[in-house]
Amino acid sequence: MTDFEFPPSIDSRPVYGKLETRPGHAHLFIADAEGAAAILDFAAANADIMANSHIIYIPKDCGEKYVAQLEALNASQLYVGPSYPAAMSRINHVLATAHMGIQLYLAGTEGLMSETRTTATNAGVSLDSIQLEHRGSLSRRMQCVHCKGITENVITDPYVCSHCGLNLFVRDHYSERLGVFQGVRVDAEDHGNVPDAVELYK
Amino acid sequence: MSAGAEKISVTVSEKVVLNDLVTRFQFKRTDGGSFPAFSGGAHTVIEMKDGDMTRLNPYSLMSNPLLPDVYEISIRRDEDGRGGSKFMHDKVNVGDEMVLSYPVNLFSLDLRARKQLMIAGGIGITPFIAQIKQMSLLGGNFELHYSVRTKSLGSYVDELMDQHPNNVHIYHDDQEERIELEQLLSGQPLGTHVYVCGPKGMIDWVRSTAQSLGWPESSIHFEEFLAPQSGKPFSATLSKSNVTVEVGEHESLLEAIERAGVDAPYLCRGGACGQCETRVLEHDGEIKHHDHWLEDEERACGDKIMPCVSRFEGKTLVLDR
Repeated sequence: MTDFEFPPSIDSRPVYGKLETRPGHAHLFIADAEGAAAILDFAAANADIMANSHIIYIPKDCGEKYVAQLEALNASQLYVGPSYPAAMSRINHVLATAHMGIQLYLAGTEGLMSETRTTATNAGVSLDSIQLEHRGSLSRRMQCVHCKGITENVITDPYVCSHCGLNLFVRDHYSERLGVFQGVRVDAEDHGNVPDAVELYK
Repeated sequence: MSAGAEKISVTVSEKVVLNDLVTRFQFKRTDGGSFPAFSGGAHTVIEMKDGDMTRLNPYSLMSNPLLPDVYEISIRRDEDGRGGSKFMHDKVNVGDEMVLSYPVNLFSLDLRARKQLMIAGGIGITPFIAQIKQMSLLGGNFELHYSVRTKSLGSYVDELMDQHPNNVHIYHDDQEERIELEQLLSGQPLGTHVYVCGPKGMIDWVRSTAQSLGWPESSIHFEEFLAPQSGKPFSATLSKSNVTVEVGEHESLLEAIERAGVDAPYLCRGGACGQCETRVLEHDGEIKHHDHWLEDEERACGDKIMPCVSRFEGKTLVLDR
């Protein structure tokens, strides 16, 4: 699955579009897994800006599936790395030396886009310079509202907090500042009464 | 209740000629109290009683926003204008009583910015003077690029250079000095906001260059007060008030509505704030839109007008007022 239409929800829930070309001399793409397909679709229509583009890609379980095609785009820089933490120092360096006018194109999972967007806005990028296109897994980046610990790649509701071990209800309530969805104890009223975990959007 | 912001009675306490074009006026409250504090970029609307005519013109405040014992404005003499600046220069003197509005800010600094990049042309320097005073007290990183016609017409250049020699850059038109805009905008660190105040051509130049370099809209700020333009006289019918007003050649539609005793809303009187937006119920002719509030589609519809600056040519104009 590369494309998924999220059902309507509360205003707090992020919505995603299609990557579109914007004016400027610097274009930064950050994608994970199936997000590579969004970059390929974009590049097919906007080959001219690849010479001013830097692509940072974390394949995850897609492995080599898109790597050769990304290489063929002839971006000015292409980095393919094993994980987001491994790419962090590069992303921070690119943002620290960037100038006004840079365009950010984020594609792939909600977790990747959320974390990158927070990193970018903390570096001074304004939200209207950042585009998001969802592709691939429906897993989420969740924060436990009780212990504040963040659990990545949550795909079931409820889920168990990887920090404090509480059973948490997956909400659409999203913090733009932190780049996380909020997880709230599902058995707060009746300890131990935990519904069966169901895969998100199944 | 009357339209516009609340009013303050003031006495002119200083009148200083800065150069051939610009004069500074200082006001104190007639009741001896303090003015409301304001934020840099705010303007006040001055009531000018010139014989039978009352003009209400907006001017940027340029005194210290945090020490509001006085309000100060600087006015550039406009020989071809409708007469407000000439009235202030020629007829207003120390000791005169006048009425100002409470401050309104349509050009405030975005305090989330990491750096404030200010671009001024001519008398467009005035809002930046107050913003720089504010930042000197409260902190903040700024850089001012100020274009003046000649050294002698460069209002406040000496003070700015004395106080902020590392932050202020002056460009003299008569010495062919030009702001290298593309280079300037391309080299700004993330989190910079750009502000421009000056002639229309300069505002358009900065906005379009920033957009073409990929600057996000939320980081581009501008202020352009449009003086109401003169034009052919016309009449307008106010349907709620059941009167027809005749708008003179050198009068704005808003001024004609006010002269008829109808209390119409306004704030900036310069086509920027949107407060005076009025529904057009009927028109047979052409609405001359001069504001920069309405969107192009709204203008095409022809069902809205900004009476502070826009005019009409044709047979009938009926407004929902």
